[in-house]
Amino acid sequence: MWLPPLAPSIVLLGLFVAGPILWCFYAAFTNSALSGISARRPKFVGIDNFTTAFTSSDVASSLWLTVVFVLLSAVVGQNGLGILLAVFLQQRGKLLRGIVGTVVVAAWVLPEVVAAFAIYAFLNAQGTLNEVLGWFGMGQNWLYTAPMLAVVLANIWRGTAFSMLVYQAALSEVPSDLVEAAQVDGAGPLRRFWHVVLPVIRRTVVTNLMLITLQTLGVFGLIYVLTAGGPDNKTRTLPLLMYEQAFKFGQIGYGTAIALVLLVLGAVFSLVYIRSLKAEV
Amino acid sequence: MRGPRLVVNLVLLVVAVLFVAPLLWLVTASFDTHGGLAAKVPGEATLGNFGQILNWEVGGRPLVNGLLISSGTAIIAVVVAVLAAYPLSRFQLRFRRPFLYTILFTTGLPVTAIMVPVYGLFVRLSLVDSLWGTTVFLAATALPMAIWMCKNFMDGIPISLEEAAWVDGASSLQALRSIVLPLMAPGVAVVGIFTFITAWGNFFVPFVLLLDPDKMPASVGIFSFFGQNGLVAYGQLAAYSILYTAPVLGLYLVVSRWLGGGFSMAGAVKA
Repeated sequence: MWLPPLAPSIVLLGLFVAGPILWCFYAAFTNSALSGISARRPKFVGIDNFTTAFTSSDVASSLWLTVVFVLLSAVVGQNGLGILLAVFLQQRGKLLRGIVGTVVVAAWVLPEVVAAFAIYAFLNAQGTLNEVLGWFGMGQNWLYTAPMLAVVLANIWRGTAFSMLVYQAALSEVPSDLVEAAQVDGAGPLRRFWHVVLPVIRRTVVTNLMLITLQTLGVFGLIYVLTAGGPDNKTRTLPLLMYEQAFKFGQIGYGTAIALVLLVLGAVFSLVYIRSLKAEV
Repeated sequence: MRGPRLVVNLVLLVVAVLFVAPLLWLVTASFDTHGGLAAKVPGEATLGNFGQILNWEVGGRPLVNGLLISSGTAIIAVVVAVLAAYPLSRFQLRFRRPFLYTILFTTGLPVTAIMVPVYGLFVRLSLVDSLWGTTVFLAATALPMAIWMCKNFMDGIPISLEEAAWVDGASSLQALRSIVLPLMAPGVAVVGIFTFITAWGNFFVPFVLLLDPDKMPASVGIFSFFGQNGLVAYGQLAAYSILYTAPVLGLYLVVSRWLGGGFSMAGAVKA
């Protein structure tokens, strides 16, 4: 009765989503490769891939870069700017709301590669930013001198709209009598936000943090177009390292081990968020 | 209170300028056949760049491939999601809550993280470089969000209408088709458009799963402007980006008008 309509989705999700995740746990312990003898008959190698991964400076530095990328671009950047914009845009004129909303959302609606090319051109040595900064004698090739800053800014630029929309929806549901009562009691805008608004929208904040963190962990195209992980591997986050090891060097087993590190990192972030929600209740 | 008000307005304007600045280049360079990397008003605005890319090899095929993949993804995902949403919305099932939580959790899963094992799976199934395989995979990754949204839309339709149909002797499938679906048509359209937009913009999946340049959708085909000799036709790249973005922009405007802005954000996050 209930099974036939559910069957197609169970098959598709099982084969293409659950299957590959489970396979991660198996393949990460083999020497599976794209070509050669180990492609046909992958051998079980125990925790070799993980020993390699955790003793290699490659994975350690990529893990660190990924954490920095997530914290700066998603948790601080997108989330902070998103909530700031949502608060500032409350009770503004229709015109200003329209203009700011449109340009922020525009960067988000663009397909990933188009956004990446736009920001690539913007930050390039011959790009728009340097044309402007050149007037003040501050021009430089940002993608070489500050590559991590460049990809972080790019991800903030591209992703802030999501947080802004989420917070705009959440703020519109904060009961206005609460805020007014605090105002009558003499609380300034900052205290009203911190002590009244923020506790009400706390769940939304945590949900939003979780969504944008997982989203940012998987960012590949943006960094690939901007810096391709360079220069000198300074922006090679885990997805780029995984791609390089698995598809460029053909080490599927090792690439899977890196993918597993990425999945576990996502799980760790999620657990921290879920716990923070429970701790405060 | 005039002081702070002015400051806030100023901050908002600065943010708007910073956000729009990277987009200017896309527009100016696309109309400038000598376009470089900086945004500047073209000496003479022409449609030359668009003329250059409007042929089957450069512009046509990648866009058609993208259209095939994305609409295929949207159709498969919508049909499968509506079917799955029906029992999840209507029947009291013992495993409903765990199933829904799994679905919700999976919506957040970064697909990038499973691409290596998926590639391994595709090698086993001989699906590498198959448009069908790529489409079905994209549909599978879109399913969690599609099921979640469909279920929420379906919950909004009162069950009493179907009960009347059941009394008149209609089967569940008949009731779904002739009563529930017409009522949630706007919701189904939103899910379809949302899935289409996501698939249309996806770069990594076709980049990994397809090999033949002739099968690449626009998201990957765009790299053909980076010639082997390091020369890049920036004007054409910008023009192509605009052509590739236009459908997404149009669909987004349709949906946001429909839902009164904010896309389906509120419903997706309230969970």
